[in-house]
Amino acid sequence: MSLLELKNISKIYGELHALDNVSLSVDKGEWIAIMGPSGSGKSTMMNIIGCMDKPTTGQVIFDGRDISRDSRRKLTEFHRDKIGLVFQQFHLINYLNAVENVMVAQYYHSMPDEKEALAALERVGLKDRAKHLPGQLSGGEQQRVCIARALINSPELILADEPTGNLDEANENIVLDIFRQLHKEGTSLVVVTHDPEVGEVAQRIVRLEHGKIVSDKKNDSFSDTLKGEKKNEKKNEKKKN
Amino acid sequence: MNKKHRMFVRMVLASLVRRRSRMIVALLAIVVGATILSGLGMICYDVPRQMSSQFRSYGANMIFTPSDKEYISSGDMEKGISFIRNEELEGYTPYRYVNSKMHSSPVTLAGTDFGSVLKTSPYWHISGEMPSDSGQTLVGKKMAEKLGLSAGESVSAQNSFEITEDTDLTDIPEYEIYTDPETGEKYCDHLLDLKVTGILETGGSEEEYIYISMDDLSYLMLDGSAKNNYDIVEVSIAAKQDELSAYADRINGEGGLTAKLVKRVTASESTVLTKLEALVFIVSLVVLALTMICVATTMTAVIAERRREIGLRKALGALNSSIIAEFLSEGLVLGGIGGILGSLLGYGFAQIVSMNVFGSSITFRFLLIPVTIIASVIITGLACLIPIKSAAEVEPAIVLKGE
Ligand SMILES: Nc1ncnc2c1ncn2[C@@H]1O[C@H](COP(=O)(O)OP(=O)(O)OP(=O)(O)O)[C@@H](O)[C@H]1O
Ligand SMILES: [Mg+2]
Repeated sequence: MSLLELKNISKIYGELHALDNVSLSVDKGEWIAIMGPSGSGKSTMMNIIGCMDKPTTGQVIFDGRDISRDSRRKLTEFHRDKIGLVFQQFHLINYLNAVENVMVAQYYHSMPDEKEALAALERVGLKDRAKHLPGQLSGGEQQRVCIARALINSPELILADEPTGNLDEANENIVLDIFRQLHKEGTSLVVVTHDPEVGEVAQRIVRLEHGKIVSDKKNDSFSDTLKGEKKNEKKNEKKKN
Repeated sequence: MNKKHRMFVRMVLASLVRRRSRMIVALLAIVVGATILSGLGMICYDVPRQMSSQFRSYGANMIFTPSDKEYISSGDMEKGISFIRNEELEGYTPYRYVNSKMHSSPVTLAGTDFGSVLKTSPYWHISGEMPSDSGQTLVGKKMAEKLGLSAGESVSAQNSFEITEDTDLTDIPEYEIYTDPETGEKYCDHLLDLKVTGILETGGSEEEYIYISMDDLSYLMLDGSAKNNYDIVEVSIAAKQDELSAYADRINGEGGLTAKLVKRVTASESTVLTKLEALVFIVSLVVLALTMICVATTMTAVIAERRREIGLRKALGALNSSIIAEFLSEGLVLGGIGGILGSLLGYGFAQIVSMNVFGSSITFRFLLIPVTIIASVIITGLACLIPIKSAAEVEPAIVLKGE
């Protein structure tokens, strides 16, 4: 069953069709990478899925409900329940420390709980950085705080716009491992990227060009195994040999 | 307080404490406004008191006259005076008028208390000296011209009465017997010798009297109780017209004498005070408006640089109303702190103004502290509301995109 369906979505800025009659369906628990060159409409699509923007025409159906014409307020209430967002530029509140930043998402969703927030930070390997302000964290650490914040309310869908765009390889792997973990737990993931390495790890790869979907195919090389586990397997194989 | 409220407080405090360099700018604008407002408030509160004191140089603003009796006894006078708060009472002077003759011309003598007369009539101008002892007199300028008197000269006042069979002259210390050549009636001229110490100039009716002490008056009248019975008592009170009216009502209710306001004085005083208060009020309004513009501008700048944060909060599910609540709370806390600082600084400001303008220190009004704080909170709240409301409208998608 599909969790999310975009039906003939267009987003038009004056003459420019940022999205041009796009239709896309995301199944529950599916991990999709959206790829494409700069300006192809990836972020526009993310914003529409994330209820931060409305399409010019077309429908967004989430869990069988058409949300594309809902009021701003309803959209907000809807998306904070269902969707966790990870941004390309980390977007943390700079005067709140890591754990407080995570708690902000809880605050707007339901009830802040410092223990849960710390657990989420532990999950992304940042428990000992909980009291640091964003300015005292590295880019990779900040992005992990963002991910902790995105998953704190156990959303059905995590939307990530270039989550690794500003990260080195080591941090990229940490983030991807977290995604694999979430995927295993049944969370749906939509990850925008122009980095092939990040795209290759998803179940399905959708390509956008000039606001249109030009290809949509299953990724045969998809594996749910964590990078860390892979290494261990290799080690084990070596030991056997 | 549940976890949600605690988080709210935590966020507001974090923003205030960890962004303090920004907050100080906003705070400064608020403190300046609050200082001027509370200072003006304090001056406005104190000016009537200060001015009332100054106005007393125009003379008495209340007079006592006898009600049912012929004279006011000194006891009734003291009782009437006892109703007036000590710190407001500038002074009071009794007067007793008698007809007499000097150099064979009829004159009116006014018995008074030379020790207190300048407190109720500070505008008296005396060439020479104020009498300080019995046997001395102060002569009104017109009278002095008529009688050809000048300071330093001596003069006798006479009290003439017919001598009948009952008249006992043994106790009269100084007198001349005079027989009317036509009727054959005998008169006794009892004399009071006086030395003129000064000539009184006021430009008013006071110049037509000859002032002597109450003791001399009693002596001349051959009546020991005369010095304790008055025709009129002038009272000078540093208070506003409505307060004076209240005093008059209370004193009248007690009986024994009638208290009246000197309308000519009190009415003009209250006109001046009303105008002054209106002026301070208008200035306060202007300052209020300027403060509000200043705070609103500062807040607009402070909030503009947080548009991205607002967009982010909205992307995390914040409703416009929660954004407004959070940012407004920050403003209100700032308003409160600004109000506390401002009310204290305002006292200093008012003190300086008062010292320079009135030459006296201002009374600290405790009430003005909470009033200033509340006003500051409300003004800051109003000034924040517009920029916050417009900032809360931002679309998260647009703000979050820009680097
Ligand atoms: N608010 C806007 N007004 C006008 N044009 C816009 C607006 N937002 C996006 N566009 C245009 O829409 C097109 C798609 O933008 P979008 O941000 O979706 O690209 P993208 O695929 O995310 O690119 P990148 O990989 O560089 O992030 C671009 O040509 C962009 O200029
Ligand atoms: Mg983009």
